[in-house]
Amino acid sequence: MTERDTFAAARANFVQQLPLLIALVVLWMLLWGAVSWLNLITGFLLALLVTRVFYLPPVELSGRFNPIWFAAFLVRFVGELVFASFQVAFQAFDPRGVRSNAVIAVQLHTRSDFIMTLTAIALSLIPGSLVVEADRERSILYLHALNVGDSAGVDQVRSKVLAVENRLVRALGSSDDVRRTRP
Amino acid sequence: MTSDLLLDLAAVVSLLLGAFLSLAAGVGLVRFPDALSRLHAATKPQVLGLIFVVAAIALEARSWSTLLALTPVLLFQVLTAPISAHMVGRAGYRTGNFRKELMLVDELEDAVDRATRESERTAGDADSDSDSGR
Repeated sequence: MTERDTFAAARANFVQQLPLLIALVVLWMLLWGAVSWLNLITGFLLALLVTRVFYLPPVELSGRFNPIWFAAFLVRFVGELVFASFQVAFQAFDPRGVRSNAVIAVQLHTRSDFIMTLTAIALSLIPGSLVVEADRERSILYLHALNVGDSAGVDQVRSKVLAVENRLVRALGSSDDVRRTRP
Repeated sequence: MTSDLLLDLAAVVSLLLGAFLSLAAGVGLVRFPDALSRLHAATKPQVLGLIFVVAAIALEARSWSTLLALTPVLLFQVLTAPISAHMVGRAGYRTGNFRKELMLVDELEDAVDRATRESERTAGDADSDSDSGR
């Protein structure tokens, strides 16, 4: 490898890590609670140090972003979060208690790690579902669902998961994934 | 003055809702039957509970610097709670810390069985290979 090649590779690496660097600098400023030149410079130096010491493989983004679908995802997400939080809260007080649970395998349509991770995080934040295992090779999520009484409940959980994935793919997924998730 | 009163009232309501959800999480932790069910109580209503408490603080303080300090609190909670829940849930499932009779379906068990059979078969093949080589 020539010197120029290594330089180009280093620059591509830097550009790829730029969103992470900016996020870390913003976080640094949030933690100090002030925006100043000193914070900017120390934040940037720390961000460089952190990304060197704790190296992470770069996240492969799709390069597509649809703000309208992202807003739709956020609204539905907050709605489900509020609804399900109170549902689990009332189940805690329910004198009959929890009678049966289920571990459900859901085959996702996406082939992207990024979308799969976001789907798993969104589902884990919504009460009543918990990701116990993820099969990355086959894009299968194994969810533990609280208080699922019959097979209709299982189907309901499965369609809910696919709906979350669908909204995320429309907001952030590649056009290949969009074609795949279209029913 | 009235808008101040309204904001105070909204803060009170948020704080009470957050307190209720935290209480429900505690009750669920005691009353749910097994480790995996308890995780639902431990990790979930508490996210919304924290959102309510943070909203109450923001409504009461009404300053930008407080809001800026509160944002990372929420951000990190939302980013880390699913991961810790997943790690504990995964460990709980693998060590069998759940009640089988409460499980309506367990599709992960079927998959694990299949994978175990498959790996046993390939291990058997490897054994026979080494046998023939000897």
